[in-house]
Amino acid sequence: MFAIFTHFASWLVYDVLALSPDTKLADALHFFVEDTTKIFALLLVMIYFIALIRASLDIERVRDYLARKNRFLGYFLGAFFGAITPFCSCSSIPVFLGFTSAGIPLGITMAFLITSPLINEVAVLLLIGLLGWEFTLLYIAIGMSVGILGGLFLDAIGAERWLQSFAADALKHGQATQQNDDNEDVAQALTMAQRHAFAKEETKDIFGRVWKWVIIGVGLGAALHGFVPDGWIEAHLGDGQWWSVPAAVLLGIPLYSNATGVIPVMESLLVNGLPVGTTLAFCMSTVAASFPEFILLKQVMQWKLLAILFVVLLFAFTLVGWFFNFIPL
Amino acid sequence: MKVVKVLGSGCKNCIATEQVIKEVAEKNGIEVNIEKVTAPQDIMQYRVMKTPAVVIDETLVHKGSVPDAATVTTWLTA
Repeated sequence: MFAIFTHFASWLVYDVLALSPDTKLADALHFFVEDTTKIFALLLVMIYFIALIRASLDIERVRDYLARKNRFLGYFLGAFFGAITPFCSCSSIPVFLGFTSAGIPLGITMAFLITSPLINEVAVLLLIGLLGWEFTLLYIAIGMSVGILGGLFLDAIGAERWLQSFAADALKHGQATQQNDDNEDVAQALTMAQRHAFAKEETKDIFGRVWKWVIIGVGLGAALHGFVPDGWIEAHLGDGQWWSVPAAVLLGIPLYSNATGVIPVMESLLVNGLPVGTTLAFCMSTVAASFPEFILLKQVMQWKLLAILFVVLLFAFTLVGWFFNFIPL
Repeated sequence: MKVVKVLGSGCKNCIATEQVIKEVAEKNGIEVNIEKVTAPQDIMQYRVMKTPAVVIDETLVHKGSVPDAATVTTWLTA
């Protein structure tokens, strides 16, 4: 099904541009053309169809649902909804406060917020398209586990002590007042026309937001692909040397990308022989542990909690990396 | 005069929302007082989780996207 994009790239690069297939430039260009066309086509079609299905899911219903659930199921559901709810990092603070003031425990809210950037429909599509089913399932399982365990840990150490005081008050207030449903906009069944309108908007919105990340990501992937000498990565990092994982995580922190941009890079790193664990550690750190996100969270968290969260994430990604490097799949 | 509040952290869509409201008000010769609400504590008071949101005379009328001009016109002329 994806072969058409390979043919198109071959035609464009080898026939139209008449580049010789064994040059580095042709190699890199071929990778770039094939991946961008494939990804753009996938995105446009799939975002639309997913949005059709998802039209009736919104963040307020997720909040009301989570507020009523029992605690232990809550961590899992928090991470699960984090994965499927459309969400842009610019609304992470309102979402955080909305959840908190509904009395949802901090750990469950954090399970949602940690999983959210790691897993979303665009990321899943790209993973399937570029790296296949098995890797995708693995990625989803890890992303959710990091969110769930991170949330459990934060609640276990009583992390809500280190919220900013107004957020802590909102949480206490929310937990004290039994949430009586003041949800005046009761969900109504959507018509097909409404779903179509929603899906069209979503496609425009998401595509408008991610297309440049795709170009950057594939561009970097192509550069790696064409210009890093064959075998260099494999020779130097291919054995999954223990230090390469924490190094990859640290390197990922100052780099910031969303999942869409990082996945083509991931593909390229894997193809070049970087072990799975090191690749995952690097990419998850790039996506989930970013300074812009942390600066936003400073509005609702004290430094101490931010520092703890940061360390938890770094630790989690390092463990993920070691685990997959040393356990042969 | 209507007091219009645009709730949001100051992202691109919030600025666009403010712009739409300004344009509609000018076109229809309606005097409005537009305030931007950016502090998370204040946004929380309106129980809003999706920004930008619009509050007119303390009633929440919209959330989660940039409203189109036709919708804004109905709010301002109501």
